[in-house]
Amino acid sequence: MLTCKDFLRELNDYLDSTTDVELRKQLEHHVNECPNCWVIFDTSKKTINVYQGMEPKAIPQPVHDRLMAALERRMASKSG
Amino acid sequence: MERTYRTAPQYNKFACIPSIPRRISTREKRRVRLDADKLEARGEPLIPPIEASASEPAFDESELVAKARTGDARAFSELVHKYERKIYRLARHITNSDEDAEDVLQEAFLKAYEHLDRFQGNSKFYTWIVRIAVNEALMKLRKRKSDRTVSLDEPPTEGVEDPVVREIAVWEGNPEQRYSQDELRTILDSAIQNLKPAFRTVFLLRDVDELSTEETAEALGLSIPAVKSRLLRARLELRERLTRLFKKKGDDVFAYL
Repeated sequence: MLTCKDFLRELNDYLDSTTDVELRKQLEHHVNECPNCWVIFDTSKKTINVYQGMEPKAIPQPVHDRLMAALERRMASKSG
Repeated sequence: MERTYRTAPQYNKFACIPSIPRRISTREKRRVRLDADKLEARGEPLIPPIEASASEPAFDESELVAKARTGDARAFSELVHKYERKIYRLARHITNSDEDAEDVLQEAFLKAYEHLDRFQGNSKFYTWIVRIAVNEALMKLRKRKSDRTVSLDEPPTEGVEDPVVREIAVWEGNPEQRYSQDELRTILDSAIQNLKPAFRTVFLLRDVDELSTEETAEALGLSIPAVKSRLLRARLELRERLTRLFKKKGDDVFAYL
């Protein structure tokens, strides 16, 4: 039988679906029986989801422009 | 148990987009898919499924990199356009400074351009430039007096064996609906900012940029077990912080462990 500590140790692989079948079954069994671990699993999954849903902010135009200018200078000096 | 969160639906909900310009990122796809989900929820018809494209971008980047290596400035600019936002975001998260992030961004792309001949085609260009950017960003941190000890190689001081779990409470609804984009971004950014650089960098690469464990290890020069233990720590710490904000009030009744 898995303990809550065991579950927590395997949480990453469980979230990423990278455990082997046998372990996965045990983890599923545990998470269905243990309300605390279910909440941890659920909120961890949601944490990852909410970050993944976040668009990178557009890069400020002046920052982009200065980057391109710096590259152009470097390219010119390399080819010249 | 369903494997819900990383897997795409089996059918192609964004087939209705007329002539897709360039390749589309997973994130764009996800957004379109969300819209499609809304359509579906309203009972509006979706275009019948066609063969869903594989999750990997169809676009062959190695060709672009090869062109850039021969000195094709346009090809290199295209790589810049493709990755500058991600590199800038990563640099801002590591350095916690707009000014340093801009330096990092410039240095990373300038160095990449200079050393393109050293880039081995057997890894992704993004993994390679991330490694350059992370090194630049860490150098920035080390230059700040107060942060002399910052290193990704250093073993984290806290025991990774005993991750922190205190908040056991379900979330109230969906944060994406409860908060505006800007509010949510502020919350998420500040939560990430409270992680140590060693943890937040791993989290950003693995869970935000969606690199694989192996790619993250390669980009950061870490072992795979190190990436895994840091990721677990980062995920649990963020979960902890977000749960404190997002939980249903009066629902944290369980004591744990």
